Amino acid sequence: MTVAAPALATPAASRRAFAFDSTWLIWIAIIAVLLFLVVSPFVYLVVTSFTAERTGEFTLSNYAAAYGRSRYVDALLNSLKLGASAAALAGLFAVPLAWAVARTDMPGRGLTRMLVLATFITPPYTGAVAWILLAGPNAGWLNRFYVFLTGAESGPFDIYSFPGLALVVALYSFPYIFIFTTAALELVSSEMEDAANILGAGAWRTMRRVTLPLALPAILGGLIICFLEAIALFGSPAMIAIPARFNVVTTQLFQFFGNPVRVEVAAAYAMPLLGVTILLILIQRLLTRRKGFVALTGKGGERRPIRLGRWRWAVFGYAMFVAALSVFLPYLFLLQAAFSKAWGRGFSLDNLSFRNLHFVLFEHATAAQSVINSFLYGAASATAVVILTLGVAYIVTRRLVPFGGALGFLCIAPFVIPGIVLAIGFYAAYAPPPLALYGTALILILAFTTRFLPIGYVNASAAIRSLNPEMEEAVRVLGGSRLTALRRVVAPLLKRNLLGAWLLIFIPATRELSAAIFLYGPNTKVASVMIFDMSEEGNFEYLAALALILQVLTLPLLWIGQKALGRDFMLRRSAT
Amino acid sequence: MSKLVLKNVARRYGSFEVVAGFSLELVPGEFVSLLGPSGCGKTTTLRMIAGFAPPSSGTIEMDGQVISSPSTVVPPEKRRMSMIFQSYAIWPNMTVGENVAFGLQVRKLSRAEIDRRVDKILDVVQMRGLKGRYPAELSGGQQQRVALARAIVVEPEVLLLDEPLSNLDANLREEMRFEIRRLHDEFKITTVYVTHDQSEAMVTSDRIVVMNHGRIEQIDAPHRLYARPKSRFVAGFIGRTNFLEATREAGEVRFDGFSAAAGRVEGAETSGSLLYSLRPQAIGLAMARPNGGSLAVEAEIAGRSYLGEYWDYQVRPLAGARPLRVSTGPNAVFEIGSRVWLEIDPAAMVRVE
Repeated sequence: MTVAAPALATPAASRRAFAFDSTWLIWIAIIAVLLFLVVSPFVYLVVTSFTAERTGEFTLSNYAAAYGRSRYVDALLNSLKLGASAAALAGLFAVPLAWAVARTDMPGRGLTRMLVLATFITPPYTGAVAWILLAGPNAGWLNRFYVFLTGAESGPFDIYSFPGLALVVALYSFPYIFIFTTAALELVSSEMEDAANILGAGAWRTMRRVTLPLALPAILGGLIICFLEAIALFGSPAMIAIPARFNVVTTQLFQFFGNPVRVEVAAAYAMPLLGVTILLILIQRLLTRRKGFVALTGKGGERRPIRLGRWRWAVFGYAMFVAALSVFLPYLFLLQAAFSKAWGRGFSLDNLSFRNLHFVLFEHATAAQSVINSFLYGAASATAVVILTLGVAYIVTRRLVPFGGALGFLCIAPFVIPGIVLAIGFYAAYAPPPLALYGTALILILAFTTRFLPIGYVNASAAIRSLNPEMEEAVRVLGGSRLTALRRVVAPLLKRNLLGAWLLIFIPATRELSAAIFLYGPNTKVASVMIFDMSEEGNFEYLAALALILQVLTLPLLWIGQKALGRDFMLRRSAT
Repeated sequence: MSKLVLKNVARRYGSFEVVAGFSLELVPGEFVSLLGPSGCGKTTTLRMIAGFAPPSSGTIEMDGQVISSPSTVVPPEKRRMSMIFQSYAIWPNMTVGENVAFGLQVRKLSRAEIDRRVDKILDVVQMRGLKGRYPAELSGGQQQRVALARAIVVEPEVLLLDEPLSNLDANLREEMRFEIRRLHDEFKITTVYVTHDQSEAMVTSDRIVVMNHGRIEQIDAPHRLYARPKSRFVAGFIGRTNFLEATREAGEVRFDGFSAAAGRVEGAETSGSLLYSLRPQAIGLAMARPNGGSLAVEAEIAGRSYLGEYWDYQVRPLAGARPLRVSTGPNAVFEIGSRVWLEIDPAAMVRVE
């Protein structure tokens, strides 16, 4: 028997095909896309900050305008204060929980993880709205409860304050620290702790001297991410700080974007936010690369949970207290508001109503469409990110082109650009002619794509590195081309990873507010912007209904993700 | 005509030479092993033959056509070769049958023909019953058989194997050596086999290329490599040996503790210092002085280990400083400290570089 093998190609022809047609074309195409998505908005942002509004000449006047008034500078300082206090508070929530879940026999560890996940998928602005219902002056539920208990004239809580804002921001960013800390603690082997025990250290001393110091770089890394989240956040500050009559960077930027749009001043004003972010990300990278952390990357060894004895329930109580603040109370009163005629009238049957839901879904002019928009744009950008980053990660990991590392860097780079700054860059680059994309669906999809490139790239390159290249070489040596290898072997094997990456992008993309708020147009309003608008109008019943619809629609996706990738797929290090 | 010709092939990373001056010709149907310690360049050589890496200089020809040179490389998929990888690279998303059928599908054979050949080759490797299984459900040895079937079913011009047995346990490894040789005898495919295990190479190969630091030390049939190593490296790498330093003085070759007439020892034409390899099995051990043409050297047992299949003695000539290692059958028992006679055939001493 003989096999009709493909003819032996002449070397010269095949070499030429390899060198010019495929590789270089793909490289050039990807570079072009990345230049468009990442580099050009960034360059426009910087250039615009030095450009005079009408004449287009070089000027420093934008900077003078941006920092010329003390209240503008105060807003900057407020942001730093907000970042620091929110991060500190979030650390208090996250670190004990992470330790309890990762290293102890606290009851309800699975439940605690689930509640942290529930916190993680709650958009910060939804949490902020819930806390306005809870701790608004006078009418807030906590104040009413306090008055009911003590008979006092009024309650002590006022969400419209700096501490109130810091609390709300901390409550919905502590999962980042939780993720970092559990990841690190799960790598500390029991043997390291045993070594301290055998030398005479008790459980507390061991934790203080061995376990926590080993996890410290990760905890600090988490704090930094939390800080950056806090200073880049738009929704919660806009809902809370503006009524409280103070500004932070993001709300100030929003005002520069009001009528008339002063994009040049906004660009100049965004620079400190960008600078702080870049600086802190560098520090965070250095921290997690330090020697102390290397010890954690080795073989973890066996891990036994630390027995807490009668402290078990105290620690569990603390976990439930945090969960009450971030999940139980907020969702209870969001539900109440969504299903009531007027949220202030409380829990009674005659206040029960499905009208809000019906109104939001079927009567409101744009609410239902905004949810559809969120899902469409989220799906489009998640798909674009997954395809693009998979291509780049493959090319970089398999070293198919020279300077592949540059492509990888461009995919990771948007990580240091806060969403609001990115939006200003996109506005500066693509709102004016010739592209004139402002208000189109495309500009939102492109901005989301850029924003979530890093998540996609980290996941795609981890997935490809997990594949033994021999799998593809086996295809080629048997006569299949590289494309055949991609189609028949790589893609089927990475299905789950790609689905996971897609969900990790899609879910946050459907909630994105800080880039969308600067780029949406009348026909491209997304759900997050809709919710923000409703909060400005004070329609808390409609708003709660819409926010809950968004959350409920996310549940099946979470379920799919957990089926495909395991229960904690959103709470892993690669997710952030 | 030669099937595969490597002419002065080299591969460099910067100034570091992974492979240098590698020349080899394989006749059709020949089984050649590349043997050497890790990092000696054998896998790099194999990957250049497969087309995964271009040579920095030199050429590779198949059937008289250049398939690799620094400027032109026929891609792997156009070489009509197949390869078995260290990790097997069995695709976990395809069943055993689909894995084996893959190469035939690429070659656009009819479905009936593919089925026929897949069934036939699965019979040969005794995996027919597991055709519908996924790789995750197979043992390491079964995966290995799938890899073999997948590589052979396309009837490649050249079959390449990259340390295919290194992930198997010891018993299975021994079984699979014979299996690989059996399949070669059945299909007569020109084969290049990379391994660091000398017994694997000796069981399977017609010829062995011993490599060290990117260079060829010696190319020979297995028994000649063992009996007639050309370099110190080969003598030490293939089997155990004694290295004997010697000097030639006035018609005599002086070893440590004994000497021999220069005419009876090979390569003793030149004067000065010489190096010889003497296998522990080639030395006789007796209580009484042996008769016959061999050298007889009085010695003392300095140490011993019992290894079941043989005794490993350390025996020091009375007039010498360093003990020699001597292997005897398991029944030849000598106590430590006892006086014995060594019986050395001068012809068994091989001069090495």
